[in-house]
Amino acid sequence: MHIFSVILSELPQFLKGILIAIKLAAGLLTFGFILGMTMAMLEVFGNKIISKITSFIRKLLWGIPQIILLLLVFYLPFDMNPMIAAIIALGLCSSAFQSQIFRGAILSIDPGQIEAAKAMGLKSWKILLYIILPQIMILSVGPWTNEFSSEIKDTSLAYVVGLIEIMRQARYIITYTYGNSLAIFFFAGLIYFVLTKIGNTIFFKIEDLLWVPGFEKRRE
Amino acid sequence: MPITLQVENLKKSFGNLEVLKKVSFNLEKGKTMVVIGPSGSGKSTLLRCINQLTPPDSGSVVLDGIELTNNKTDLNEARSEIGFVFQNFNLITHLNVLGNVSFGPLRVKGKSKKDSNDIAMEELKKVGLEDKAFSYPAELSGGQQQRVSIARALALNPKLILFDEPTSALDPELIGEVLDVIIKLAKEGMTSLIVTHEMGFARSIADEAIFLENGIILEKGPPKDLFSNPKNKRTMDFLQKISQLYGEE
Repeated sequence: MHIFSVILSELPQFLKGILIAIKLAAGLLTFGFILGMTMAMLEVFGNKIISKITSFIRKLLWGIPQIILLLLVFYLPFDMNPMIAAIIALGLCSSAFQSQIFRGAILSIDPGQIEAAKAMGLKSWKILLYIILPQIMILSVGPWTNEFSSEIKDTSLAYVVGLIEIMRQARYIITYTYGNSLAIFFFAGLIYFVLTKIGNTIFFKIEDLLWVPGFEKRRE
Repeated sequence: MPITLQVENLKKSFGNLEVLKKVSFNLEKGKTMVVIGPSGSGKSTLLRCINQLTPPDSGSVVLDGIELTNNKTDLNEARSEIGFVFQNFNLITHLNVLGNVSFGPLRVKGKSKKDSNDIAMEELKKVGLEDKAFSYPAELSGGQQQRVSIARALALNPKLILFDEPTSALDPELIGEVLDVIIKLAKEGMTSLIVTHEMGFARSIADEAIFLENGIILEKGPPKDLFSNPKNKRTMDFLQKISQLYGEE
């Protein structure tokens, strides 16, 4: 079959795209994680004004389509590497979702144990490090896996800033093999599916490792 | 006997509500004091004002010569000398029993992991739960959780333990095991201040009892006087009501 030989011979190109997509996903999830965690802390523990401002930023980022964020960042009046631009734009959007996940986790931590730690004379930063952060991890790994899945798929938007990821590679291949659109896009879709599946399997394993009795398991 | 805890003119209001009105008392080293009184009389607030979880508006709290109400005092260090046993146990949910009990020595006092675990096992033996060291709080009964929280308080090697209605959240059949542990500690000379509604227990364990109402100590004295011959009419009424509710003890 003609199409299989096309896909087979273009595999190295797809692989390049996959590597770029993974790099982008890792970058934007990390950036979104740090920013999202910071925003969640500020929103929950900050004073009224800080909390309000953070909440507004979260809702703002939430309400803007990713493709617009990508274009906004890319057309900033100075040169930016497309990978950096994509990490910032998609990471900003992801931070809004991640902060919501972490905020929910913080709010579901039983405040009694924090009070008990205070009563023992534990310093605030140690309460954060030894009680709040570990419990955020356990509580949010499930919902975070969903965010991971959407972001893997959303890397496909980064072609608008010129990043040669899976979708851009697919278009190139279609162009220089004269057609095969349906089969090539189908194969690209399959790649995203496999990446998501592998990632989910890994994070479900992590969820199992972190779980202790008394915490709900989110999985079916 | 030297005085471990000295509370003087402690005042606390929430908005217009005066919860504590000039409360003063001393607690001698090795003694057990119980605080009784109707709901809303300020008993829990009193305990929380002592270790500054709720900072009092005025007055002073001195633990073994160190004034907790002084801004210059290192509050965390002072708190690490006070055990606090909560009504709802408040164990750390993601740590197992050993992790909870060793938490104070390890994270507050900065002892090594091995020393902390040794201390924790020692205290768990005291409350009869060394076989539960690797269980998680969610796997324990309320009575067991409260005994773990007592072990956690003991692991700090505290000068004083504050008990805030330690059996109020427990099913009736689990109360005994917790009271037994507290009685054992009192006998060993642990300085304790206990807020409780268990009158029989209060009477048998206390060296001194306080009746608190509307933020004022209405009566104070040895339990045999306060429980059998209350001088104040309000104390009498309260004790009568309680005995009607729970039966004579």
